[in-house]
Amino acid sequence: MSAAKNEEAEVIAGQTSEKYGGQYLTFLLGGEEYGIEILKVQEIKGWESTTSIPNTPTHILGVLNLRGAIVPVMDMRKRFNLDSIEYGPTTVVIVVKMIQEDMERTVGLVVDAVADVYRLSDSDVKPAPDMGCAIEAEFIRGLATVDDKMMILLEIDRLIDLQIIEKEAASAPTLKITAD
Amino acid sequence: MFESCNDPLRMFRELQTFGDLEVHAAGHEVLDFETFNPEECLLEWQLTLSAEVDREQVSEVFAWVEDECKLTIEPILGESTAAVSTAPEVAKPTVDAVVEDAPVEVAKPPAAKAKAKAKAKSASGNKDGGSIRVNIDKVDALINLVGELVITQSMLSRYETDFDESMLDGLREGLSQLSRNTREMQESVMAIRLLPISSAFNRFPRLVRDTSSKLGKKIELRLVGEHTELDKTVLEKIGDPLVHLVRNSLDHGFESPEERKAAGKPEAGVLELNARHEGGNIVIEVIDDGAGINHERVLEKARTSGIIAPDAELTPSQINDLIFAAGFSTATEVSDLSGRGVGMDVVRRNIGDLGGEVFVQSEPGVGSTFTIRLPLTLAILDGQLVRVGSEAYIVPLVSIVETVQVGSEDVNAVVGRTEMFKQRDEYLPIIRLHEIFSIGCDSTAIGDGLLVVAEANGQRVGVFVDDLLEQQQVVIKSLEANYRQIPGISGATILGDGTVALILDLPGLIKLYYDQNRNLDHDATRGRAVWAASA
Repeated sequence: MSAAKNEEAEVIAGQTSEKYGGQYLTFLLGGEEYGIEILKVQEIKGWESTTSIPNTPTHILGVLNLRGAIVPVMDMRKRFNLDSIEYGPTTVVIVVKMIQEDMERTVGLVVDAVADVYRLSDSDVKPAPDMGCAIEAEFIRGLATVDDKMMILLEIDRLIDLQIIEKEAASAPTLKITAD
Repeated sequence: MFESCNDPLRMFRELQTFGDLEVHAAGHEVLDFETFNPEECLLEWQLTLSAEVDREQVSEVFAWVEDECKLTIEPILGESTAAVSTAPEVAKPTVDAVVEDAPVEVAKPPAAKAKAKAKAKSASGNKDGGSIRVNIDKVDALINLVGELVITQSMLSRYETDFDESMLDGLREGLSQLSRNTREMQESVMAIRLLPISSAFNRFPRLVRDTSSKLGKKIELRLVGEHTELDKTVLEKIGDPLVHLVRNSLDHGFESPEERKAAGKPEAGVLELNARHEGGNIVIEVIDDGAGINHERVLEKARTSGIIAPDAELTPSQINDLIFAAGFSTATEVSDLSGRGVGMDVVRRNIGDLGGEVFVQSEPGVGSTFTIRLPLTLAILDGQLVRVGSEAYIVPLVSIVETVQVGSEDVNAVVGRTEMFKQRDEYLPIIRLHEIFSIGCDSTAIGDGLLVVAEANGQRVGVFVDDLLEQQQVVIKSLEANYRQIPGISGATILGDGTVALILDLPGLIKLYYDQNRNLDHDATRGRAVWAASA
């Protein structure tokens, strides 16, 4: 009874005491499934055109009006240097909230489609192997397997860390192992 | 305090019941017998109570008067016989109520409260709150406007129930009245937040006198435009940067009287603080007639401290700009005024946080001028929508001088690249928005589009756009809240159809234009940009 209650409380909180455990929202990008912490997700909305910002990296599509707030939108395909595809009916913007330099920022991520919500425990999450591509490794929290499917769990705060983005543009990044 | 039938003596007696009480009284001001009001308390006391009491017990004694006086209670911990649980506490209330007239009395309690608030702030790291004192006339004007708004609303609501075409004119009139009311009310609400800058200037005569006598310099302070009004939040935050700039001028800018004499200048230097409105901005200048910025010394310091590359070549204005670099200081020894290398970069950052900018002009031997440019209000501006390709941008209406169409024969390309056109007796550079923002446009031919002649930082430029759209008031939204600052863009707004439009920042745009040109120059001549210090 109490265990069930605990479980419920965890479900409500969407988080457990485990380091990487918790609920993840997954989305599709070029056939792969990526997961982000569900607590970071504010909402999911359909794609609508944005106002482009001059002189910004190409993966920043522009800004959109989210009920009065100006929110930058990032194309995840471009972010990962995947081929661009035409936006279709399943294309959605996942609006995430992240903390950066003690400021809460809201950012929209354009993905091919949203997939599912999974509940993972610490033991499900394997550290990402060294893939030789330094840029991506920094943003990957780990890999998880659910029903024989591999999911890539992303470290969302770093993914949209604008300083990292700028650094990347300026120079080749150093290799870092994030799954420690 | 006496007006509310409170007697300090009784409170002191009550305090005495806790233990030994020492009382020091101090007369606060010389009394003028004509205006003396016997019900005002003009004294302040310092009480030292040696007893084991709780803070609550002490503050309870002052419960009735804490709003009418400045009261501070500080515990003094005993050194040796710190006995059981209650530490000895000492109350040091300074009870004063210097009251000249009624309105000030009203203001007194907030002052006391603000003190408490400041304490709470430091404890919990709260966000900026604060209160504002508003002239009753401004509030009355606002109430009048609200009354008018209610009338307009009731007039418009008549059309809600049965409407036919014959009433169209009436509806139109009502709507135009509504828009007028809205605009007036908006101005009125903005005016509530505006305060004269004199409150920030007031501290300078003393500061300049004290500092200059300490430095052994003769300096005359001139304040100009003290009645210029600006937003309260801006006013509060501009104080510290201004103090820093003034100190900087006093310490680094002015020479000693002997040096001045030798240079053929009057012994007393003149420091001018000048505030004025310029379009939608407020411009504050700190002008000194001192020695100006010593370029060799600045360059040398910047090189040795690694702020710029040793082989970097800088234009004079870039050298001047170096004093805003973090960690930069030319002072040879650290004094209580300067030399710590912390300062001008903080000034620039603080002003940047307010959406403004600071820059310096300096001529060796003649003096320096620090110019701070700040937005007047932080919320709304009149904008002109312009179109470039499929994008719409907003140009602040205040900076637009005129819009002209020129033919390609009126345009000359200086050194093959910088386009200039002649407007009356002036040659103005053309900034092509599509080039500077790397976006698409209808046509690159100068005759097909329009030139918006705009002024910023005292400089005129022609901004090349495809078309003019409508004018409208826009609410400024921050891009930095969720993203970051974009060069040439001061913010964003939401248009009537819900889409986002970006607001052009003309000073930033001009800077961007010159930077791009400069980079092109360097690319062409040296193959790389040598301007190494971060802008």
